[in-house]
Amino acid sequence: MEWLVAAAIAALTASGVYLILAQRTYTVVIGLGLLTYATNLFLFATGRLAVNAPPIVGDPQAPHTDPIPQALVLTAIVISFGMTALTLVMAVRGYFESGGDDVDLLGPEEEVAKERR
Amino acid sequence: MSLLLIVLLPFLGAVLPALMIRSGRDACAISAAAVNLLALVLLLTHAPAVLRGESPRVLWRWVEALGLNLSLHIDGLGLLFAALILGIGLLVVIYSRFYLGRGEAVGNFYTYLLLFQGAMVGIVLSNNVLLLLVFWELTSLASFLLIGFWGHTSQGRQGARMALAVTGCGGLALIAGMLLVGRVVGSYELTEILASGDTLRRSPHYRWALGLILIGCFTKSAQFPFHFWLPHAMAAPTPVSAYLHSATMVKAGVFLLARMWPVMSGTQEWFDIVTSVGLITMLIGAVIALFQEDLKGLLAYSTVSHLGLMTMLLGISTPMAAAACVLHIINHAAFKASLFMNAGIIDHETGTRELGRLGGLLRWMPITAGLAMIAAASMAGLPPMGGFLSKEWMLEEAAHTKLWGADWTLPLLATVAAIFSFAYSLRYVRGAFFGPRRDNSTTPHDPKAGLRLAPAVLAALAIAFGLFPETLLGEVVRAATRGLVGGAEPKFELALWHGPNRALAMSLFAVVLGTLAIAAYRPVRRLWRQIPVPDGRGIFDWALGLLFGSSRAINELLHGGSLRLYLTTMLTAVLVMGGWAFYRHDFGRGMRPLLEVGWVEGAVWGLLMIACGLVVVSHRQRLVAVVAIGAIGLVVSLAFVRLSAPDLAITQIAVEVVTLILMLLALYFLPKRLRQEQEPGGGLGRALVSIACGLAVGWLAFATMTRDFESIAGEYWRRSLPEGGGANVVNVIIVDFRGFDTYGEIMVLGIAALIIFGLISGMMRGPLRGTLARWTSGEHYSPSRHPLLMVVVTRLMLPLALIVAAYLFVRGHQMPGGGFIAALVVSIALIMQYMASGFGWAEDQISFDYHALIGGGALVAGATGIAAMALGHPFLTSGFGHFHLPLLGDVELASAMAFDLGVFLTVVGGVMLALAQLSNLGECTRDGATNSEPMDYPHTSGQGGHSRQGGD
Repeated sequence: MEWLVAAAIAALTASGVYLILAQRTYTVVIGLGLLTYATNLFLFATGRLAVNAPPIVGDPQAPHTDPIPQALVLTAIVISFGMTALTLVMAVRGYFESGGDDVDLLGPEEEVAKERR
Repeated sequence: MSLLLIVLLPFLGAVLPALMIRSGRDACAISAAAVNLLALVLLLTHAPAVLRGESPRVLWRWVEALGLNLSLHIDGLGLLFAALILGIGLLVVIYSRFYLGRGEAVGNFYTYLLLFQGAMVGIVLSNNVLLLLVFWELTSLASFLLIGFWGHTSQGRQGARMALAVTGCGGLALIAGMLLVGRVVGSYELTEILASGDTLRRSPHYRWALGLILIGCFTKSAQFPFHFWLPHAMAAPTPVSAYLHSATMVKAGVFLLARMWPVMSGTQEWFDIVTSVGLITMLIGAVIALFQEDLKGLLAYSTVSHLGLMTMLLGISTPMAAAACVLHIINHAAFKASLFMNAGIIDHETGTRELGRLGGLLRWMPITAGLAMIAAASMAGLPPMGGFLSKEWMLEEAAHTKLWGADWTLPLLATVAAIFSFAYSLRYVRGAFFGPRRDNSTTPHDPKAGLRLAPAVLAALAIAFGLFPETLLGEVVRAATRGLVGGAEPKFELALWHGPNRALAMSLFAVVLGTLAIAAYRPVRRLWRQIPVPDGRGIFDWALGLLFGSSRAINELLHGGSLRLYLTTMLTAVLVMGGWAFYRHDFGRGMRPLLEVGWVEGAVWGLLMIACGLVVVSHRQRLVAVVAIGAIGLVVSLAFVRLSAPDLAITQIAVEVVTLILMLLALYFLPKRLRQEQEPGGGLGRALVSIACGLAVGWLAFATMTRDFESIAGEYWRRSLPEGGGANVVNVIIVDFRGFDTYGEIMVLGIAALIIFGLISGMMRGPLRGTLARWTSGEHYSPSRHPLLMVVVTRLMLPLALIVAAYLFVRGHQMPGGGFIAALVVSIALIMQYMASGFGWAEDQISFDYHALIGGGALVAGATGIAAMALGHPFLTSGFGHFHLPLLGDVELASAMAFDLGVFLTVVGGVMLALAQLSNLGECTRDGATNSEPMDYPHTSGQGGHSRQGGD
């Protein structure tokens, strides 16, 4: 199982990095999303993998997994939604401001401002 | 307590002038003066105890882990400096009222002045060096505001920048030095550091600490070779110069040297460096001062010279020399502040400070001239002024100190400095008040009493200190010396006349030669002009230019406006560093046994791999990419299910739904077709970096997962049920153990939603409004509208979904669930209404405001925390109990649930605000038209009405 999870993290990271190196805003946002999955899985995996051992207090003899990475990842999932939403809206606004969806500045900021006028 | 008040009063009072300026300049000045006076009176109440030899102190533990305490004390040295700062501060406040004109921003001026004053008092009363450093930096910042007060002049701006750059850099060195001292001594409390002189001097870090602290002191008190900033700071209004360069800013450096004297001095390094630097500064400052044409320039270099004198006396390292330094600090403050104010009056009355255009003012301004002569005589070291005493003392100490391996160097060079010191004082008086008038364009006269008051008081003190030194200053100097040397002060008695001795002979010699130098000023000046002098300003500008140029070059190289380049640089750097770490340490697989893989897991994993490949290959087909992302999210949720993380699984799947809707909404606005990108090098580099990152992270994860570890969760595990009252440890961690973190997280989410709101509102209202109104997505949509079946089903689903959410919420403490998950479920249920019935209709039905939800949630969560404080527990401590309710039976209620409710509200508000705002944006486009009908059938106009949700 560890092999599978590690390979999944590797695949998600590689595709995420590949996409954030793109020039289009939407592609970069998708890449960030993939990196989020990879990071969350990685963080989760630092608690080591366990099957049928949910972190719920019950039978003291039953195995249980580490709850801390799970608590971290839970908030990370919600925060990453906020980040995705924010970057998407920035992409939308950037598109309307500049007329394109290129992630790079057209030139010095003054030039962009001039064009807008 | 009153110690803290002395420090805080100027800071608190700084608000007053800014407010009182509405009531006029008088009210403004009176408020500033009142604050200042109050602090001074409070300070003087401590004087009797301090003079008796006590040193009151107060201590509030602050950041103990760092050794940073709010720790103040007052001893003789602190008392003297604080009295100078507050006393001269009061005079400067009065003087400024009459100096600054009607058009000046007087309120700002007094605010800056009080801020600066508070920071200075903080430095001299701190009993913790970290606290001292904080105040030290504050003086740099406040002096920047003061020096740059006339920001409309380029000199004002440049002078302020230069002062900030030089003293700021010195401040950094000082921080490093103090941290070293703290490490060696083991405490940042000044009292403990002062008691550990031997430990420090024997430490191998002593030289580093000494060097760094000296850089800090020398930059602040304008010692050679950092002296060049001080004359440029003369662009400040004259009251500022009078304050900063007589009693405060530059004296901070001297103060710190004196403060560290008991622990740092006494070594050969200290003696050589401090004495030499002080001597050179004293000499250079005095020589340059003689050839200045600007009155303030002359006084500026004279200040440099006198600061050198004090530094030199501290360098000599004998208690007697230290006592001489203390006396000179007092005298210098009196005469230099008086002279600066005098120069200000001349400037005010004649409109110039150029010595070449002044002259003969004695007839027009006799009182001003008289005051100037008294103060200048003190500066020159003539009897019966205070300056005479300290200069004689300095010469006496110099006369029996051996420097650079010879007996005669120090006395000789000190005498040379005294010659120039006498000469420039004479030149000030003669140039301004005697000789012919060179400029008749104005008719100057003595100013009003208000402007004269402060310099007159100071000049009177300059005489009084000379005539009755023992009565007025004896105890003060002894107490300050006691504080400075950290032990018993040497035996001395202050007196004007010590009989004929070596120092007197040196003084007489200086007076004669100084007079000759002024008599033969023109040839001497011609000689001076032939000596090439390196221009400090030029070197500074050159160094600054070099710094800016190289930073710009590095910036252009790494961050030249291309995100790809920038990210590639960062990722490559991380890869190289990570690779180095891998290489240096054991990076093989660990010994932990692996888990079995079943065919279901294998199949799901395969799905993930296919989806990843799909996103990369076809990311230009945006819908395909969105579907693939959805698949990936699903697989991740399944992984959480399998790997014992039910909370995560539910959260992930719910977030997935919301994210997909969001992406579809955003896609509506973004360009529909993505061009093939221009790939430098065919995208090979990009692919290589990606694959390397993937392999590195994957291997790191594998290496981590295959090693055993000691979790810190054991404590949470034990305390979860008995103390948190919950069986679901993940939830208890989120809402209870690490509740403060969660509180921060929901704030971030709420703020992100508000930023989204702001960004989109800005589009709908700002200059983009027109662009939006003309914009159309250019797609053709089905004219048939919301399917009836969907509308009906979603409405039936709504109450069910809400019940599920309530259930998840309530059980969250014991079983998988909780505020985050419940919030997402509610959001999805609401979004379904939007999608099925149309945005306009759904918006009309929802009667609450998403902003209020975000704010309310934050308030509820915060109130839970504060409630715990009200009961005497730390912030966010939880409590729980079992209650017997009718019908429901025994119910456990935990205060953490109230916190979770706050989380719930904020998350619902945040998610819904973001989505609703994107929908709102659609209303502003040409495609947009609000449909307020719950559902409708094929419309009369085919174009006008269709859903904007998921309309890609």
